[in-house]
This record gives sequence, structure tokens and C-alpha cells, in this order.
Amino acid sequence: MSDNPKPKFAMYWAASCGGCEIAVLNTHEKILDVDANFDVVFWPVAMDAKYKDVEAMEDGSILLTLFNGGMRNDENEHIARLLRKKSKILVAFGSCATEGCIPGLANLGDSREIVHTAFNTVTTENPHKLYPMTSYDVPEGEIRIPAILPILKTLEQVVDVDYYMPGCPPESHQIAAVIDLVIQVLQGKAQLPPKGSVIGAGDSTVCDECKRTRNIKSIKSFERIWAIAAEPTVCLLEQGIPCNGPATRSGCNARCPTAGAQCIGCYGPAQGVVDYGARLISSFASVIDSNDPTEIDRILDGLVDPVGQFYRFNLAGSLLKAGVPAWKKEKV
Amino acid sequence: MSEQFEPTIIGFTCNWCSYRAADLAGTARMKYPPNVRLIRLMCSGRLDPTFVFKALASGADGVMVTGCHPGECHYLEQNYKALRRFHLIQRTLRGLGVEPGRLRLVWASAAEGARFASEVASFVEEIRALGPLHWGQSNGAGAAASGAPEKPELQEVSA
Repeated sequence: MSDNPKPKFAMYWAASCGGCEIAVLNTHEKILDVDANFDVVFWPVAMDAKYKDVEAMEDGSILLTLFNGGMRNDENEHIARLLRKKSKILVAFGSCATEGCIPGLANLGDSREIVHTAFNTVTTENPHKLYPMTSYDVPEGEIRIPAILPILKTLEQVVDVDYYMPGCPPESHQIAAVIDLVIQVLQGKAQLPPKGSVIGAGDSTVCDECKRTRNIKSIKSFERIWAIAAEPTVCLLEQGIPCNGPATRSGCNARCPTAGAQCIGCYGPAQGVVDYGARLISSFASVIDSNDPTEIDRILDGLVDPVGQFYRFNLAGSLLKAGVPAWKKEKV
Repeated sequence: MSEQFEPTIIGFTCNWCSYRAADLAGTARMKYPPNVRLIRLMCSGRLDPTFVFKALASGADGVMVTGCHPGECHYLEQNYKALRRFHLIQRTLRGLGVEPGRLRLVWASAAEGARFASEVASFVEEIRALGPLHWGQSNGAGAAASGAPEKPELQEVSA
């Protein structure tokens, strides 16, 4: 497409909100380094480019692709496979691509229900109950729109991924550090981390970066953050506020707990954690100060939405991946 | 379905009480259904909830967690930790649409071989009544009831 000798850069969004792109732009003047060192060949949010342009590229000709968003429809999957083929380094960028994130919570229901909600509820005026068709014949030929998939998948559940960059969105200073690293690699001053590494994040937990004082955790009730006046310097979990710090990967400088809000887990599972929710269940269960089944039940009533608490960002990337309704195949 | 559904159950036992209860049930030649695959842990407190989710995701229809009676834990009170985790896992499973009854907690001392055997038998019947879980597969008509986990097969849907 161009004779630009600079290495090629692409960024794509699948099922995501656009926050990742904003986080990239939030690196301020660092974005000029990207332009100075790369030829940006494909970035639908920032520039006009067509899929056919990407299809025409040589395999492996894009050096670096930042891919954000989960696999919600067959177009997402198609572009994931296409960009995998065309890219040397494919980065699952942000929580959606690495673990499903908020769109992944739709895996608690079945996809028919999602379409129904979007097209035929009080929020949508649709008196004739018209639903989109995935293909339609017109005189000019067949036109198609992407078909929704039964469950939302993460990028690595569809294609091979080289690096993972967590965060909803990844912190701008982390993005800047990764851009710096890649440029240094290009200049031969640094080496890429081993394939499969998590980049742009720490290898510990949010608790490790949190400045709040930690004593012995022993709680008699779970509190909702808006319902109590939380002590500003003491660990939130110690005060009964369900803070996801113990299972969440470091890298954000414990932003939320520092600002007085509990960690909700957007940086995904900490190093070595197989199932994010399971790790949290373990840590919450450990701090409850009761050995009596009835009292334990009463205390746990304080966690009003366990799945939302434990899998807000991680459902699609968890061991179970989805709820029962999403797995059920019902008759159309 | 003419053949009876044989559930696959993963059972976690603790080294000091419930594993010995299972052992006793064996040496005393008590009969209980062969559907349960036992995995010995040092303590029920070693039960990482990951094990439960992994078992269910890999094709188990039910998971049984067993340990020493409250107050009798070899490691003082780790079975209480297991108790709290059990409650929290059940609540999470319910949120995912899984019947909480697919996870059972049983206390059995080393002397309670008979109790262990009867708990396994009743759990197997309960899971049989609930039917296969077949995590990651279609639960619709025609789902194989062999209990052998197959590759998750997803089909595209359109409205």
C-alpha cells in the first residue's frame, strides 16, 4: 500500500467500548513516537482503511498489532484471524481481548436474549417485531451483516496471541512504557519478553501496590461502599468492603483503593491465578470471622451479586466461561 | 434415553478423616456407586475453589467436598475455611445457573465408612436426578448421556 520503510503498526477494536483507543491517545505526545517509528497501516478508529487493504498485505508484514475487544460476532473472529495472519506480534490489548471484560457478562444469558433485548423491548420501538437478518438477497447480490456468536470469546480462544496487556483500559503510563520498549527493540537496544508474557503490568497484586494499612482481616459483615463512611487509610477489605485487590494484577498503582473506592478487578487475574473468581472466593472466605453455617450465610448475603463481584471482567476468560443459559441450545 | 445416566463425580477427601472413611468403606467391603473419583488432599482447607470449577468445566456432573467434622480438623480449623468457601462457591454457581446441589459438603470421620458410602450413594442419585451438566456443550435434545466429556461445540445462532 505504501513504500514507507518504517515497520507497520495496526490497532483494531472488536467487541469493546473504545476506551482502549482513548487510553492510547492519553499517552499524549508519546503517540508522536508511534508515528515517528511506525507506519500506521490500519486503525479503524483513527484512520480510514478497508479490510480488503489488510487482506492484500503480505502475511506477517505488520510488525505490531494491538487488538482490543472480545469476539462477539463472526466479523470479530474473521478480523482476528486475518490480523493474526498478517501480524508478526499480536497483542491482546485491554481487558476485553484478554478476558472478555464487561461485554463478557452477556455470557450469563443466551445470545438470542441479547438480540431480543436490543430489538424488541420497551426501549426499542419495533411494532412489527422486525429482527435483523444475517443475509439478504437484493438485486445487486447478497448482503450480509455479522452473526452474533452464542458466547463472547477472548482473543486467545480464537487465535494464537503473543502478548497480553490487561486493564480496562490499560493505564496510559503502561502503554507509554510498552511503546518505548518496542521502539527500543526496533533500535536493537532491548529484547522482547518471552512469548505469552503479560506486558504493561506488574506481576504482583493490587494489594501489593496499595498504600492502605493492613492489619488482621476478620470481618463480620460485608458492606457496600456507599453505605458506610470508610476509614481512608485502612485496608478496605478489612472494613468489610469487598475489594478485589487480593486477586487482581498490579500495574495500576492501586488507583481505585487510593481514591477511596474498592478494586473491581479490571487488571485481571494476578500472576499464577488460574481462575480469578476462585481466587477471590478463597480470599473472601478466609477473612470471614465465623464458623457457624447460619451466620456465614447471613454474612454472605452481604455479597449481593457473587458472579458480578468475582467475574465482572473475567467471565469469558474464566474456567467456566459462561452461565448455563448461554450453553443451552434452544429451538429457534 | 433408555440407558440410565451415570454421572461423573469428583470427590475431594482429606487425608486425616474422610479419605480414611473411604478407605474403611473399602476394607469393610461396603458397596457404593463407582461414579465418584476421589482425589486426596491433605485437608479440606486445601480445596482451592479453582478445583471445583475445573472439575465442572472438564465434564464432571457434580463435586463432593469432604472433610473432618467441625472441631476435629487435623489443622485446627481449616475445615471451617472449607465450609465458608463451600457456601460462597454454591452462591456463585447459582449465579451461573448451575444447581447448587451439584456441590455437596460432607463431614466424615475416619470411623465413618458407612456414612461416607451412604453420602456418596445419595449424592449420585441426586445428581442422576439433576441430569448431565455437560458444561460447555449444548444441553438441548440429543445431548449424549455417556458422561464422557466431548469438545465444546458451539453453534452459531441468529435471531
